[in-house]
Amino acid sequence: MVTRDATHLSGGLPADGGDSGSPVEPPFRQGRLGRAVAFLRNTWRQLTSMRTALVLLFLLALASLPGALLPQWSLNTSKTAQYIVDHGSWGLLLNRLGFFQVFGSPWYAAIYLLLFASLIGCLLPRTWDFVGQIRMKPVNTPRNLARLPHHASVGAVGSLDAIADRTTAGLRHWRFERRTETGGVITISAEKGFLREVGNLVFHFSLLGLLVAIAIGKLFGFEGSLIINAGDGAGSAFCSVSPVAYDNFRPGLLVDGTDLDPFCVDVDKFKASYTETGQASSFVAAIRYQSGAQLNSDNWSSTNLEVNDPLRIQGQRLYLLGHGYSPVFTVTYPGGQTQTGTAPFQPQDANFTSQGTVKFTDPPGYVGAQVRTHQLAIVGLFAPSAMIHGGIMTSTFPAAQTPGVAVQVYRGNLGMETGAAQSIFDIDTDQVANGQLVKLNRANLAPGESMTLDDGTRIAFTGYKEWVSLQTSYDPAQGWALVFAVSLLVGLMSSLIIKRRRVWFRIGIDQSAAQRAGAAADPRPVGGDGRVSGLTRTVASEDRVQVEVGGLARTDQAGYGDEFSKLVALVHDGTPS
Amino acid sequence: MMVNDQLGDISYLGFQAALAGYIAALVCFGIEFASSRGSTPTAAEAVSLRLRAESRSRTAVIDRKVGAVDEPDARIGQIAKPQRAVRPPMGALFGRAGLIVLTIGFAAQLFSIVTRGMAAGRAPWGNMYEFTSMLCAAAVAGSLVVLYRTRSDSLGFFVMIPVVILMFVGGTKLYVQVESLVPALHSYWLLIHVLAVSLSTGVLMVAGVASVMYLLRARYERRLLAEKAWAGESGSELVPAADTGSHGFTPQSSVAATSRLASLPSLAALDRVAYRATIVAFPVYTFAVIAGAMWAEVAWGRYWGWDPKETCAFVSWVIYAAYLHARATAGWRGSKAAWISVLGFVSVLFNLFVINLVVSGLHSYAGLN
Repeated sequence: MVTRDATHLSGGLPADGGDSGSPVEPPFRQGRLGRAVAFLRNTWRQLTSMRTALVLLFLLALASLPGALLPQWSLNTSKTAQYIVDHGSWGLLLNRLGFFQVFGSPWYAAIYLLLFASLIGCLLPRTWDFVGQIRMKPVNTPRNLARLPHHASVGAVGSLDAIADRTTAGLRHWRFERRTETGGVITISAEKGFLREVGNLVFHFSLLGLLVAIAIGKLFGFEGSLIINAGDGAGSAFCSVSPVAYDNFRPGLLVDGTDLDPFCVDVDKFKASYTETGQASSFVAAIRYQSGAQLNSDNWSSTNLEVNDPLRIQGQRLYLLGHGYSPVFTVTYPGGQTQTGTAPFQPQDANFTSQGTVKFTDPPGYVGAQVRTHQLAIVGLFAPSAMIHGGIMTSTFPAAQTPGVAVQVYRGNLGMETGAAQSIFDIDTDQVANGQLVKLNRANLAPGESMTLDDGTRIAFTGYKEWVSLQTSYDPAQGWALVFAVSLLVGLMSSLIIKRRRVWFRIGIDQSAAQRAGAAADPRPVGGDGRVSGLTRTVASEDRVQVEVGGLARTDQAGYGDEFSKLVALVHDGTPS
Repeated sequence: MMVNDQLGDISYLGFQAALAGYIAALVCFGIEFASSRGSTPTAAEAVSLRLRAESRSRTAVIDRKVGAVDEPDARIGQIAKPQRAVRPPMGALFGRAGLIVLTIGFAAQLFSIVTRGMAAGRAPWGNMYEFTSMLCAAAVAGSLVVLYRTRSDSLGFFVMIPVVILMFVGGTKLYVQVESLVPALHSYWLLIHVLAVSLSTGVLMVAGVASVMYLLRARYERRLLAEKAWAGESGSELVPAADTGSHGFTPQSSVAATSRLASLPSLAALDRVAYRATIVAFPVYTFAVIAGAMWAEVAWGRYWGWDPKETCAFVSWVIYAAYLHARATAGWRGSKAAWISVLGFVSVLFNLFVINLVVSGLHSYAGLN
């Protein structure tokens, strides 16, 4: 406890008695409990000091930086994994220390929890002080107003009471107190700008509220994503009855997926428009959906889903996040049976050169172990506007003008029964390595073209479909987060714009003027006319009033000058000029 | 939406005119700054002038008086030369010229921004070139307010350095032809969010520059004090300068007379400019972050997701919050607070350039691919 913050603890005695005791006295020994209490109290004071809060703010900023500069698991899994692989033991160490999951790491939580503890420890006494200040009357007028940063001394004519009434009438929206000092001198103390502290408190409490709202969202919210082919017909509708229905589901910590408020959605049509240069100009997905009472009926609502325009259903939001192509292949087996397969391909560039795999896992006409030797995988590229250059197919335009595929066919055991998760965009290369999956033909196909495998199986590229990726989001507290964000902003603005300021008036008979006037009037009448001197004497003795005005701005003196001169003018005309 | 390339070219002409005006203003303010010793001081500069006057030999002051007495007002038989009109010194003329070309350049930039918006048929802040232009316009507007209010032209010089650099980079490296926007940016939130970000960033730049000047001035005053103390110890200050007559080495004059920093506004004035600019910009910046979160809720499915841009915006926000707290904390006022303000501005610039161009994230709309 060597350092102590002056703003917060000014005037406070050293907690342990300090060095005030003389060396002769036996040192005062606290009991074990007393020492523990003192330690806790000191720790608490240290934590709630502004100095500590500042250090914690810096730590917070510093600790956030790796979250922006290093890949994060929550944002991009594959990139993070690649980064760790690329950086060897450093990558592993950083991963263990949570640098790839900064905002979920214990040290980050420690910083912001300490910061908020410090905030609460600062806010509570401040709120209490503030309540006390509101109840207090404006402070007494200082004896010497000339020593204040703003000071004026003006003469006025009239009775003391009239001037005081005039002045207080002009002090609208000020809290003021009128007092009478000895000798009939009237003082007015006025203060304004309490909203500054209100704004300050509102701002900081809003921060707390925001933290709670975010936490509730993380506990009870969820996100799910799915891919639907457009125009697949009614049977392909997605229904969010359980997390399994989603391709990817990220539940909040207290979400078990049993109570999802289900809705169904189907994409009828997807339309992407492009400029001549290939830049996208709009994405529209025409969808049908049903929710609540509509479920289990044939009653569907239609709407268009666009980027920046989500569909809001029962507190859940449905977003159009991405799109791509799904090439369609028709396989004609040697036995004459045909099978049609399609799968979403993953876009690789801005012109939608896409990569993926169509898997045929149950070839018709085969039974038992034969199935696992005749599974097919068509692996390769789809290009909506195909161009082959140097044997490599790329797309030259994002819209499907001259679609084509460049594919490699595999036959054998796809390894679907191993239990390991498989990418929908790729095959299990281990199966190729161990010889269970055999590499066969390779071909570039335009729609309608086909290739024939060694056993007579014919694979035709019959066309394509467009897929859209949708996301469902649910956050029960986001409305509250907005409320707190708005109150935070309002509080911040009033705490920065409003200034706390005080003004004091001391209204009294001008003694020196009275003496001067008396001295001037008595020996020789001015201009030889007794009436004039008599008038002078009357004014001097009864109505010549001296008003001392002092002003003090609590936070920022600059800018108070103008207002202060207006306040001084109140003495004369009683209205703010 | 159709874009109008011809109008886009006219807009770019306006941008180049603005850049030319800013460069001219930079040069004018630079000349004024370099020659500012002896010019009519602003109230704020009077402090440093007085310090310099103290350091000069006393004869200079006496000379002036003697000269005034000897001045032959009008002798009999001699035609009194008409009194030459009092002409402001060279430096002040350049300062005034700088203010004028700066104002003209600002008008050209406003013209450029408006025509760019008309050419594109949308809010003219949809890519990094346009954003940089808006940012510089806001910074220039902020510094014009400060300049017209306080007449401390040295601030103009220091603000124009980053403005000219940013304008140059924006007009060359970041420049792209007028184009329509990707669907992700088709939202009225673009109007609100990016406008608030660019304006607040521009004003924060003025605050950052004022803080840099504060630090320079504080360093200068520390050296001044140190040399004064040293001079006091060695006793040279006690010897009447009039007796020596020679322009011997006087320690404080080595700093006060040679340092251009003597003409900077006072510490209090610089601190006030930085603080005022920050309390104007910080709520706007806060609003911009909130508006960004509301847009993210509409566009990306969550209002906050620790995207690199979001994270860095949060970092900047925290730093500026620390600045405001530091200014109200004993032991943190002055230079420490100024350092925090500078750090805040560095983080804002980092967020603008490094995060947009180097780190990939959801905000990668620079249009430079």
